Amino acid sequence: MSSIPMEYYLILSAFMFAVGVTGVLIRRNAIVVFMCIELMLNAANLTLVTFSSYTGNPVGQIFVFFVMTVAAAEAAVGLAIIIAIFRNKLTVNIDEINIFKW
Amino acid sequence: MINYIYLTVLLPLLGFLINGLFGSKIKNEKVIGIIGSSTVGLGFLVSLFALIETIGLPVENRSNTVELFSWLSVAGLEIKFAYLVDQLSLTMSLIVTGVGFLIHVYSIGYMHGDKGYWRFFAYLNLFIFAMMNLVLGDNFVVLFLGWEGVGLCSYLLIGFWYDRKFEKGTTSEAAKKAFVVNRIGDFGFLLGMFLIYFTFDSLNFKEVFTKAASLPIPETTFGLIAIFLFIGATGKSAQIPLFVWLPDAMAGPTPVSALIHAATMVTAGVYMVSRASIIFASAPTVMLIVAVIGLLTALMAATIGLVQNDIKKVLAYSTVSQLGYMFLAAGVGAFSASIFHVMTHAFFKALLFLGAGSVIHGMHDEQNIQKYGGLKKYMPKTYATFLIATLAIAGIPGLSGFFSKDEILWYSFANGGFLFWLIGVLTAMMTAFYMFRLLSLTFYGNEKFDNHHIHPHESPAVMTVPLIILALLSVVGGYIGIPEVFSGEHGNVFHNWLEPVYAPAMDKLGFFGSHTHFQEILLMVVSVALALSAICFALHVYTKKQNIAVEISEKFKGVYNLLLNKYFVDEIYEAAVVQPIQKGSEKVLWKFTDNMIIDGIVNGIATLVDKSSSVIRKMQTGVAQFYAIVMMLGIALVLLWIILSL
Repeated sequence: MSSIPMEYYLILSAFMFAVGVTGVLIRRNAIVVFMCIELMLNAANLTLVTFSSYTGNPVGQIFVFFVMTVAAAEAAVGLAIIIAIFRNKLTVNIDEINIFKW
Repeated sequence: MINYIYLTVLLPLLGFLINGLFGSKIKNEKVIGIIGSSTVGLGFLVSLFALIETIGLPVENRSNTVELFSWLSVAGLEIKFAYLVDQLSLTMSLIVTGVGFLIHVYSIGYMHGDKGYWRFFAYLNLFIFAMMNLVLGDNFVVLFLGWEGVGLCSYLLIGFWYDRKFEKGTTSEAAKKAFVVNRIGDFGFLLGMFLIYFTFDSLNFKEVFTKAASLPIPETTFGLIAIFLFIGATGKSAQIPLFVWLPDAMAGPTPVSALIHAATMVTAGVYMVSRASIIFASAPTVMLIVAVIGLLTALMAATIGLVQNDIKKVLAYSTVSQLGYMFLAAGVGAFSASIFHVMTHAFFKALLFLGAGSVIHGMHDEQNIQKYGGLKKYMPKTYATFLIATLAIAGIPGLSGFFSKDEILWYSFANGGFLFWLIGVLTAMMTAFYMFRLLSLTFYGNEKFDNHHIHPHESPAVMTVPLIILALLSVVGGYIGIPEVFSGEHGNVFHNWLEPVYAPAMDKLGFFGSHTHFQEILLMVVSVALALSAICFALHVYTKKQNIAVEISEKFKGVYNLLLNKYFVDEIYEAAVVQPIQKGSEKVLWKFTDNMIIDGIVNGIATLVDKSSSVIRKMQTGVAQFYAIVMMLGIALVLLWIILSL
């Protein structure tokens, strides 16, 4: 493991994050947007773990557990909201979900 | 009893609280009336005992202070709630409680059956409470408390019959007018107080007057203080230019007119000038102004009184005229004569008003003297007492009015000059004339009312007994002030009694006395002769040849109308003061300042926010991904900024 340089992990992580951001910005399906958010979270987690491992500081890894816990809770709430919206509007296309405006 | 002098103030307050709080529950008129009267009567007794005790003291110890509590204590200014018991305040408190008591008793009969009976007695007691604070106060602040208090009571009692019509408006309007005009005067008084504190660093009478007599203070300062105080006095005591409220104050019940607007409250200004005699004496110019204003008021009101037809209006203008006399006396430095006239005037003018009340009562609320006539046989007691009071005010020798009025005329001649005396005597002549016109039209001649419908009757004893007592006082009241020229070596008792109060002022004035007794007697004879001729003329005209009066009024139609309309003073004030203020308030303060400037600023800001936000709010598209892009760009910018600043 130590043979692989740290930069590789960081580049992978940045790539994953970029994919997540792009997905959030351009996809219209709420479920896919939601998955992209998860992808961004995990990219961040990967960065934390990388630094933790390479600097020998366990705090980063413990932090990742917390992120995963919160992400799980967030996923539950988020999916519930999407289901509720679908029941009302019969769609999960976020372009059509725009009632919160002036 | 000097140390218990506060009882004269507390008892009426107690009466006010009992009648005011529980009066509507008591139901029994007698109980209410007795509570109201007895509190004032007991106050009179306390004052009387205090007087007896004070007379027993040596002259230099006759001025005592009774401290009750510290009222205000702020940064070096300490105002004590204290009463000053001296010759002047005792005289005034005896007048107030004595005449006040008689009028309270009279009111038991006069107000019988009125639905506001308890309210009336509560207000009367509150008035006595305020008036006693005014005359007994040991400093300007307590005096001012009473000063404002009597103004309030005057307002409440003028508008007592708030549901009745009065002339062109309502009694409430008359009450409001009295209050507002008084407030203008009070403002002057307040300024005077500020200036006194600024100059003497105290508001206590003794301290201020001692400093005024000894410290080297410029005359202009004294002049300013005196003129401000005098403005206050013109408001309270109905002098030019603030006399207009008093005739309208007749909207109140007649006992109120007798108590407040004849005997006591309106003399508050005279009392105050007299109390602050040293300040006025230090400002000779203002003294002259006081005398001239008094003289002009006396003359003007007397001329108006000649032609008025409402019995209370005649008496009201007569009061204004007599108050003018008092200020004339004060203005020529005869302070004790002015207080003497306050006292005798309280007796005979209260009597005149109460007599008028008795007539109005017997005539079923008719107040026009042209509709009376021949009432002598219906109301013998009222007639007899009214006649005595009329003779007294006309200045017939032997009655109280003669002594006080003649003393004033004499001093105005000795200190003011021949012109002052002449106008004073002219006024006295007119006074005699209009009073006998009133008497003749009311009690003599033919009955001008419909005696099938109106049956005049004498008032009950509860009303006539106070009349008789006041008539007695009107006769004998003058004998405590017999002028030196008749009394010989004892001198003028009343004058000697008050003399210590005015001693510092007299030291400063330092005129008096270059005239002979012969002159005094000569002037006296002339003024009495003129008054007698005016009386004969009035009796002749109004009992036998009424057409003379009609002819004269037609011949001098212009003058007659001018007098009948009271020199159009009300109209002038309406046009010159009231309307500009009302219009100015409406057009400038309301429509412009309030509606345009203040509302404009507030509404303008609201509109600005509304308009600008209606543009900016379009950013809220409701598209989640738009927000996400903005957020991302924002984060990117922040990151860029952090990186660049590293």
